[in-house]
Amino acid sequence: MTGKIIIETKSLVKQFSMAESFFTALDSIDFTMNEGEFTGLIGPSGSGKTTLLNIIGSLDKPSKGEALVLGESIGTLSAKASAALRNRSIGFIFQNFNLLPVYTVYENVEFPLLLLGVEAEERRVMVEEALRWVDLLDKRNSRPGQISGGQAQRVAIARAMVKKPRLVLADEPTANLDAANSHHILQTMKKLNEDLGTTFLFSTHDEKVMTYLKRRIFLVDGKIDRDERV
Amino acid sequence: MINLKLAWRNIRGAGIRAILNSLVLSLVIVIIIWMQGLYDGMSEQMSRAMIDMELGGGQLWHPAYDPYNPMELPDAHQPLSDKLKKYVAEGKITPILVVQGTMYPHGRMQAIFFRGIDPSQDIIQVPSRHLDNGDGYSIPVIIGKRMAENSNLKEGETFTIQWRNAEGVYDAADAKVIHIMDTPVSTVDIGQVWMPLNQLQSMMALPDAATLIISKADFEFSGEIIGWDFKPLSFLLKEVEALVKSKQGGGMLMSIVLLFLALIAIFDTQLLAVFRRKREIGMLIAMGMTPRQVGRLFTLEGSLYGIIAIAMSAIYGIPLMIWTQVNGLYFGDMMDDFGMALGNTLYPIYTVSKTLAIVITIFLIVLFVSYYPARKIAKMNPTDALRTNT
Ligand SMILES: Nc1ncnc2c1ncn2[C@@H]1O[C@H](COP(=O)(O)OP(=O)(O)O)[C@@H](O)[C@H]1O
Ligand SMILES: [Mg+2]
Repeated sequence: MTGKIIIETKSLVKQFSMAESFFTALDSIDFTMNEGEFTGLIGPSGSGKTTLLNIIGSLDKPSKGEALVLGESIGTLSAKASAALRNRSIGFIFQNFNLLPVYTVYENVEFPLLLLGVEAEERRVMVEEALRWVDLLDKRNSRPGQISGGQAQRVAIARAMVKKPRLVLADEPTANLDAANSHHILQTMKKLNEDLGTTFLFSTHDEKVMTYLKRRIFLVDGKIDRDERV
Repeated sequence: MINLKLAWRNIRGAGIRAILNSLVLSLVIVIIIWMQGLYDGMSEQMSRAMIDMELGGGQLWHPAYDPYNPMELPDAHQPLSDKLKKYVAEGKITPILVVQGTMYPHGRMQAIFFRGIDPSQDIIQVPSRHLDNGDGYSIPVIIGKRMAENSNLKEGETFTIQWRNAEGVYDAADAKVIHIMDTPVSTVDIGQVWMPLNQLQSMMALPDAATLIISKADFEFSGEIIGWDFKPLSFLLKEVEALVKSKQGGGMLMSIVLLFLALIAIFDTQLLAVFRRKREIGMLIAMGMTPRQVGRLFTLEGSLYGIIAIAMSAIYGIPLMIWTQVNGLYFGDMMDDFGMALGNTLYPIYTVSKTLAIVITIFLIVLFVSYYPARKIAKMNPTDALRTNT
């Protein structure tokens, strides 16, 4: 671990406006994360995990307080700037795989590189490398509908990793997978974390995931309950 | 460029639906261009036929002459001036005398117009030369095919005609069908009986009189012709244009309905995409696109349907257009029921400017239809988009 701070939240609050009041989904969240961490947000459904990941991923903004990600203050970013941040530096992995259905496996992984304007030849090399990481080079021409859930999630990992982002946010990546596939996925991510030094932040309530984590942040009702390092 | 690539991938991914959308739109494009060509051809062909058979290069009317008001007809004639007579002798104009009368084909009574025409004229294509072939006993007349059918008359048959001359005296005589002419122009056919001009003038006791004067195509009257109203072709053809316009109105309505249906297909694809592809939109945003960019991508995707449709239209539409332009479209007797002077075969006319105008207009509409959903996307909240479970 390099020890460089990659995420820092200061009294982060997220409220959703309801009919006549506010619902506080995140309440005074204070935590920092260093480059190279392999950390999980753990908590029951509704505890605010996705909301926090979305803010850190600049898909949403804090209601109060501050979220600094890679030196950028999320609350003040323009749509363009936040898109650029995601594009360059953040990879997303979702619970429901979220592959582009009409694209092939190869094209799905290629997508972020197209957005980044990477040259064709370099693109090919990078996509093939990413597919090798997740051991799916032979499925390159398949469509998402033609592969298993475990394979789809590995494609999603390749897609998140292909541009070698500094931060990967994974929202319950194993929730729709069986035990064998979950372990496979976690081993893959762990290896990428170790080999490339990529920072991983998960959300989960899956016991299997916890054994892999080096740090566990427990969320209860939008508040940090415990923060323990292994 | 990258957007184009992505849009193309999405369209390709939509598969059969994309093909259907584009095909329907291309059909509409071709049909609208084709109909426009038909109407232009119709207008041109009808004008041509009427110029050839009836209008010449323009006409002089007796001030009382009104084709829609036969009540004035008994007074609508006057002798030709010396100047006009000179033009007649030079073959530049030909006078026509129009009077009302009655005919009794096979004992039936029928109100008609007699049209006196110089048998030797060649200004309009009414085959007046046949009028020289009379038998000396009965009055030689030419009638049109429709007229012959209606009154059940054949070539060589004789029937009685009756008229009231300028002095108010009723008289009758035998007329013989010397020729039946086949013309697309019904106004020189239905209810019209053509006979030699001098014969009609003497029947009416109106020497030298004419109701209207038809000029040769390229002839221009020098100065004002006193006592006559000049009716240029633009005036005489107004009716044709109005008629085509009225028919075109129906065609236009059909075009709009067709276009509407095609646009609904695209609109449906694009707008439903906003909901159906919500997660995809969220994903695109998560991967680093701004909502605006995604909106632009969707607009591009929609307009690609338009481009594909135009390409498809060109592939089968251009040969089809060339073929119909060369060979014409055979409508047979149907054309007559249409109430137009068209003949059996219609030759559509396609102009580059109108075709382009149609194509561009449709493309702009497609662009607009695709733009609307894009606006919705641009306003979308990515976290909501990602949350949906579709
Ligand atoms: N857009 C929203 N509007 C209103 N309430 C929301 C919205 N997003 C999340 N919430 C609420 O915030 C709480 C935390 O949600 P979430 O972050 O998705 O939890 P988790 O991911 O831990 O299951 C839940 O009670 C949820 O209903
Ligand atoms: Mg969640």
